[in-house]
Amino acid sequence: MNQPVIRPDADNKGFTQQVISRSGVNTGLCWQCKCCSSGCPFSDAMDYLPNQVIRLVQLGMKKEVLSCSAIWLCVGCHTCSMECPTAIDMAAVMDALRQTAMEEKFAVAEPDTLNFHKEVINSIYRYGRAHKLEIMMRYKLTTRRFLEDMNVGLRMFSKRKLDLRPSKVHHINAIRRMFWRKRRGHESR
Amino acid sequence: MAMNHDNEMTYSYFPGCSLATSAKENNRSMLSFCQQHSVSLEELKDWNCCGSSSAHSIDSELAHHLPARNLALAPPDRPLLVACPSCYLRLKSTHMDIAADPEAQKEFGRMWGRAFNPDLQIINFFDMLARVADSGAFEKNKESLKGLRFAPYYGCMLMRPPKMRREPTFSGLMEKVLSSLGADPVQWAHKARCCGTFLSVSRPLVSARSVKTIMDGAEKAGAECIVTACAMCHLNLEIRSQQGKIPVLHFSELLSLAGGIGQGQGWFRRHLIDPRPLLRSRRLIA
Repeated sequence: MNQPVIRPDADNKGFTQQVISRSGVNTGLCWQCKCCSSGCPFSDAMDYLPNQVIRLVQLGMKKEVLSCSAIWLCVGCHTCSMECPTAIDMAAVMDALRQTAMEEKFAVAEPDTLNFHKEVINSIYRYGRAHKLEIMMRYKLTTRRFLEDMNVGLRMFSKRKLDLRPSKVHHINAIRRMFWRKRRGHESR
Repeated sequence: MAMNHDNEMTYSYFPGCSLATSAKENNRSMLSFCQQHSVSLEELKDWNCCGSSSAHSIDSELAHHLPARNLALAPPDRPLLVACPSCYLRLKSTHMDIAADPEAQKEFGRMWGRAFNPDLQIINFFDMLARVADSGAFEKNKESLKGLRFAPYYGCMLMRPPKMRREPTFSGLMEKVLSSLGADPVQWAHKARCCGTFLSVSRPLVSARSVKTIMDGAEKAGAECIVTACAMCHLNLEIRSQQGKIPVLHFSELLSLAGGIGQGQGWFRRHLIDPRPLLRSRRLIA
């Protein structure tokens, strides 16, 4: 695990504020007690611990925090938030960091995770519901990791856990409107 | 809650993508349990995916509107029962967000052509079960799961974002209900450890480590099976554990079995870790 070198970034003073407004969480409330990181079930796989992610935000160290793997390994299980004495909504902070990193075209430290999320959302666009078989097939095509988990896929298939046909929303345009509206930049508002 | 003439409880029902597909045995056992206890469920017409972890991870706006459409579809006169704990969190927290924001309520009206209903009750399976348990429904099946040693596994369903801290979690309900049916819960350390959700796909080794901790912990505590309340936890525990581990049962399957339903329904054939030898040895199925 990396020990962050503390270099408060004077050029990125606005970054802390940007994260606070986007997530609706006052990251200034964190006093680094590390309860979040002690509770986190996936901290051992992260480059920065959850409390360190918050510290990087506090110090405005934009590049370090937006390119770290921790923001992509957080699954939003809220274990940290339950431990947090100042009730910081860590999942909301992580959501804000991930989406800022994508918009500002930072290199994604866990591209496979992002690819998976994109396939789930594509499936929702197509059917209004998540079609697992297709999500997995397309994910495999994108990541080119065909052999990994082949046996898991086959076992699930043989137990009829992967339906061939998707379960669909009938009024699919109601779903697609949410996507179109975003692309149009909310002119309908 | 809506009561019809013969005192049935009526709920709108949101199954969610997992129960509709990969965890049909969870869905069917839940439906049969409800039928057995005069809980009438009407599936929400044309429901859509709540957005799952993926929408809130990379598109907060979509993560808001997807659950909102389901809220707009819900009939106002009855509670909305959400079968999956993750979907419940998305629907409930979206409802709370809109209720707290007049602008969001206006947008809701514009998008879905109906007024936001601030009084819509959104409940999860545990909430409904607690109501059934309080009515004394399990009194007559006291011995049906006799001696079955289980590890109650809640996963992250006991965890909430800060704004939902005051919502009940029903921690302990699995132990309470299943032990009233004769089963024995084990004490163990990992009942609330997250299964890894999507890391099971994108970082299988990371997820497998967490699953190993959970499965080993249950076995060391002396459990013969793990009981889950979330279809995704169930799938992750099954696909990421090594061969030869103890079976993982859906809570709803055991509840149905206790009431004498489950035999010959094909639920247990769908498990990746075959629970049938255990269930046969306990004479729960033939």
